[in-house]
This record gives sequence, C-alpha cells and structure tokens, in this order.
Amino acid sequence: MAVIALKPGYAEAVEFRDRKENFHGNQVVYLHWEEHLSFCSAIAFPLPPEMPFGALIEELIPTYYGMHPDYQSVNWEQVEWKIDGQSSTPDMSKSLADNGVGHKSLICFRTPGLNGYRGSCS
Amino acid sequence: MTPPRKKKMNLKQRYALMTRGLDWETSYQKMDDVFPYDTFEGIKITDWSKWEDPFRLTMDAYWKYQGEKERKLYAVLDSFAQNNGQLGISDARYVNAIKLFLTGVTPLEYQAHRHFAHLGRHIRGVGPRVAAQMQSLDELRHAQTQIHTISHYNKYFDGFAEFPHMHDRVWYLSVPKSFFDDACTAGPFEFFTAISFAFEYVLTNLLFVPFMSGAAYNGDLATVTFGFSAQSDEARHMTLGIEVIKFMLEQHPDNLPIVQKWVDKWFWRGHKMLGLVAMMMDYMLPKRIMSWKEAWEIYFTEAGGALFEDLSRYGLRVPKYADIATEEAEHISHQNWAIFYQYTQAAGFHTWLPTDEEMAWLSEKYPNTFDKYYRPRFEMWREMEAKGERFYNNALPQLCQTCQIPMGYTEPGDPGKIGFRSTEYKGERYHFCSDGCKDIFENEPEKFAQAWLPVHQIFQGNCGGADLGDVLKWYHMDNGADNLDYSGSPDQQQWDAWQAARKKVAN
Amino acid sequence: MAGIVSITLQNNDEARPVIESILEDNPSANANYMPGAVKIDCPERLVVKAESVSERIGRDWDPQEIHLTIVSMGGSLDEDDDELVLSWGA
Repeated sequence: MAVIALKPGYAEAVEFRDRKENFHGNQVVYLHWEEHLSFCSAIAFPLPPEMPFGALIEELIPTYYGMHPDYQSVNWEQVEWKIDGQSSTPDMSKSLADNGVGHKSLICFRTPGLNGYRGSCS
Repeated sequence: MTPPRKKKMNLKQRYALMTRGLDWETSYQKMDDVFPYDTFEGIKITDWSKWEDPFRLTMDAYWKYQGEKERKLYAVLDSFAQNNGQLGISDARYVNAIKLFLTGVTPLEYQAHRHFAHLGRHIRGVGPRVAAQMQSLDELRHAQTQIHTISHYNKYFDGFAEFPHMHDRVWYLSVPKSFFDDACTAGPFEFFTAISFAFEYVLTNLLFVPFMSGAAYNGDLATVTFGFSAQSDEARHMTLGIEVIKFMLEQHPDNLPIVQKWVDKWFWRGHKMLGLVAMMMDYMLPKRIMSWKEAWEIYFTEAGGALFEDLSRYGLRVPKYADIATEEAEHISHQNWAIFYQYTQAAGFHTWLPTDEEMAWLSEKYPNTFDKYYRPRFEMWREMEAKGERFYNNALPQLCQTCQIPMGYTEPGDPGKIGFRSTEYKGERYHFCSDGCKDIFENEPEKFAQAWLPVHQIFQGNCGGADLGDVLKWYHMDNGADNLDYSGSPDQQQWDAWQAARKKVAN
Repeated sequence: MAGIVSITLQNNDEARPVIESILEDNPSANANYMPGAVKIDCPERLVVKAESVSERIGRDWDPQEIHLTIVSMGGSLDEDDDELVLSWGA
C-alpha cells in the first residue's frame, strides 16, 4: 500500500534517509548474540564492506560482548551463524561483502551450550 | 432575599447558539480551497451539523472553569515552592520520573497545542472546530503549567534544564517526538483518530491516572496538582475522541476501513510509546501504586473492552495485535528498564538496579515472567557492580524503523528470543521490532523510510561527532551530572545532605 | 461482558459531595480509592444528579462544575442542566 498524501508527487519526491551513500563508504551492520538478552538488542556498526568477516571475532565481539560471563567459554568452532535469517558458514578470511553481508544486514550468532547467565537467556 | 435569577437559556440552547451558524458558505472562493485538508484522506462527511460535544461546553463556560482551575493550581504551586516541597518527596530517585516526563511528554503537549490550532482553523464543521480550539488552548495550558511546576525541581536537580533541546535530539526522546510528528503530518481525521481517540481515549488513562496517583503517593504535591488539573481537560478530550470516531462511522459506511486501519496503527504506536510509562511505574516510583500490568488490565482490558464492544455496532473491531500488546504487558517495563540501565551513559536521567524489596514486589506482580527472565538479568548486573565492573552496553542499539525504540522486544510466546522483523522497500532493507510496527511501515513506506533514526544519524556524522562525549555535548547533556547511575550522582549527594541535615535537626 | 462505565474524580473536598451523590444515586456503583483520586465503576449507566449535589452543598450546583474535579471517564457522555449521564450505546 502507498501513503495517501495531499501533495501530488509526494511519494516520488521522498528522500530516503539511510541510503548506503550517506554512510561515508561504510555500511550499517547489526550484530546479535542469541540467548544473551542482557545486551538489550542487536548492536549496530558502520563497517567497511571490505572488512574481513574474521574481524568480528577478533575485534568487535571481544570489545562489545567480552564482559559477559559466558564470553570466555565460547568455542568459536561451534558457533552457528545466520546472515539475514539464513544459516551461514562464513569464511573468516573473506570480506563481509563476499560473505553476503550488505547494507543493514543482520548477523546473528548462537553459542550452543551457552545460553546466558544461569541459563536465563540474559 | 431575592430569588435566584432564572437562566435565560438552558445548556442545549446555549451550546446551539455558541457553536452553530458561526460561519458561512463561501461565494468567490471554493470551499475546498478554503478548507484544503479535510477531504484528501478519503473520509466522507455528509452533514457536519450532526457533530455535538457531549459536554456542551461553550467558550464562555470554558473560560470560567479554566480560570478557576488555574487559580487553584497556581496557589498550590506557589505554596510548594515557598515551602520547599522538594524536601517532602519519598526519595530523590523519584525525580527521575519527572525528568522523563518533562523531556518526553511536555513537548508533546506543545505540539498538540499547535496541531489542534491548525485543526481549529481547517476543519469545515464548526462543532469540531470549536472543540479543537478549546483543546488547543488546553494543550498550551498543559505545556505551560508543566514547565512552570517542574521549574521548581530544576533549581535543585540535574537533567531538566535543556528539555526542549533534548526532546529534538536525544535518542530515546525520538520515540515520543516521532510519534507526534507522524500524527501531525497526517491529515486531520487521522490526527483526531491518533491523538483524540487512540491516545486520549484508549491509552491516556494509562499515562496520567496511575502516574499522577503515583506522584500523590510519593509526596510530589506539585505534580499531582498540575496532573489532575490537566486531567480534568483530558476527560473533555476523551469525549472528543469518542465523538470523532462515532461521527466518522455514522457519516458514511466507506469510512469504516479507513478508521479501522488508523485505530490499528495508533493503538500499536501508543502501546509502544507507553512502554516508557510502564518503566516509570514499575521501576522509577520509590513507592508504587500499581504495576503496569494491573494498570493495563484496568484501563485497556476492562475499559477498552467495554469501549470496543460498544463500537462493534459500527463494525469497528478491537485493534489488531491487542492480544500481543496484552501479552507484552508482562514484559515491557522490565525490558525497557534494562535498555536504560545499559545505556545510562547516554540517558538524561539516572538509573539504578531494583533493591531486594523492589524485586520482591516485581516477583509478586509479575509471577509469570519476573523471576524467570528478568531477576537473573538484574542479579547478574548486581554481581558485576559489586566487582566494580558495572555493565555498560558500549555499542549503539539496532532501532525499529517505525517506533524507533531499540529492538529489544521478544517474540510473542518466547521471551528468550528477540523478535526480528524486516522488509524490503525499493531495494533497501528495513527492520522492525514487531509485526505491528512492520505493518505500519508497509502501509506507508514512503513516510517511514524517511525516519530520522538517532543511531544512523550518529553514524552519518550528523550528531556532533563519533564519540559518546561529542554526542552528549550535542544533546546538551552534562556528562557526569545528568546521566549515569543515581548512586554517586550530584542529585544523590545533595539529597543525602538534606536528609543528614534533617536528622541533625531531629536529634 | 456487561459494559462498565466509569468516572474518576479527584479525592478532595470539592469532589466529595459529588462522589457521595453518585454512590447514593447509583446503587450498583463501586468506588475504588487510589492516592489522590477515586474511580467509580458502574454497570451500564451512571448518573450524576445536580439536585443531589446541590442538596449536599446548600447551593445550586451546575453539572458543568464537574470540570473542576473530573480526572477521567469511560463511556459515552451526555450532559444537560439537570444531570450528567455516562452510558454505552448512546
């Protein structure tokens, strides 16, 4: 359905605010650790599309999720990844773009056996 | 003794005199040019004279009663200030609820004033135009009395001083701001449905009644007084809300699907926005009157149930996803407080973890959810605090494209899993916290694709810089005073000093 | 569900005769007290009679004076010189 507008041509004149071009060469990527909802939502980053996927594990995740008591126990070999809802086995040496991560993509990871503080999904 | 003078006219006659025959059919301009806004939404009106204000309030009576209310209110405010009423509140943590109110709600009152003034000019029918003019004045009065009342707290506590500036910029205040911007950029009938019906009639009780009663219980004489003074106007606004719905539905059968779509949209938007109030009631009032869930049962399930049963004779049904909203009443306050706790560094009020006693209250009020999902979260954070490792979320949250709240709400039926929804529009992905928010987007993608999402705006470089310090500066948030935990804040230090001084006097 | 109508008034000196009148004139009405306010619920229909309030306060009470103490309401309202009625289906 389309918006009902008073002004003729409104829909065509709209400027979308979050186009990829507005992010200075980066794209927005969302990251979420499933069953660890003490992090209230997925977290957002402006990342270069050519950044290697492995940098998530080496840099971003330790920085932003490292304080969780489960973090030290994560076995990265067993982690299950999803990109935009699809199960995925990312190639850590390849770029985000080559792994199918686009502008405003959501990357979820699940850590089997680790489901939050005292198993509460927190 | 002289007998009382007999009134010349009764109420119905006076109302007819003061609201009818006040305008004219234009001759050298087309009526559609004079009233360009009231037809494009597709609402068909055949007879504007069928509109009647059930209170039959006329302008002369309006001035009389409003004047009386103002006199009473200002006597209390003056006395509150003169007698240092801020010393009598239950606990200084309480003041944080008022900070959220002033930054989040008061600017909406002003927006409502402006938009009702617009409707008071642009609706073809004179009955609703008079009602809109009165409401416009009411809303201005609310904004003024709230600012005036709360200015007293601003003398002693942080977080108040920059409220209009913050309202326009701060990430969580974009939630109420965008809600109202959405309504004001809609046509007049959608605005009436959004604000007068969905918000004022169906949901406003959930904002004002428990909150003002909470103020009464927490010793905040000033807020109780402006709250109840404003609320007496709200009762009139509620009648306008129900009147406008009935009027649209009675005027033409084609109006029903349009009205239903608006009711669905604005119920859902209101439910999400009021999650901020849920959090105030369950977490921010040191002395609590009722839980959000109890308030939801009384004011939505019971009162809303009776309302929608009545409106079913017009074919209107209960808003879509009302059942989901009712399920969320078990979760929303906890989830929202958790959001603010982890982003306390960027909040314009203080946060804290609930005490043992408060957690016991929450367990009792939320037997199905609190102990299982939320107590462990708070206990984990408490352990971290004890170790000197207070939990902060140092990344920015993913926001819902529609309601603009961090996407922290869980799947219906599965509180261990975040609910993710997304859609594509013109080759770009958009994310939502719920089916309700996704539907709203898909009905008007052109509108919501323009959303000013605070997180994306920071990334685009439009919010003062990339560091937290830069953004706080751009928010006019005084780092170390306005934000962070209550514990250790200047507010707390001052409150403790007052209490110590009081004890000294008592000894 | 029998449609409950309701009126919430401030719990203060000015509202008290109104509250008393409502409770007397509507035998099925039920008052719920909360800090600062009282919510009166009644199945189907609730009436506020000017005459009853006037008797209590010893002067003519205009139903429009309800604007000074009302906090909230549920139901469809109709007001004239003698009474204020809340009901469903009107």
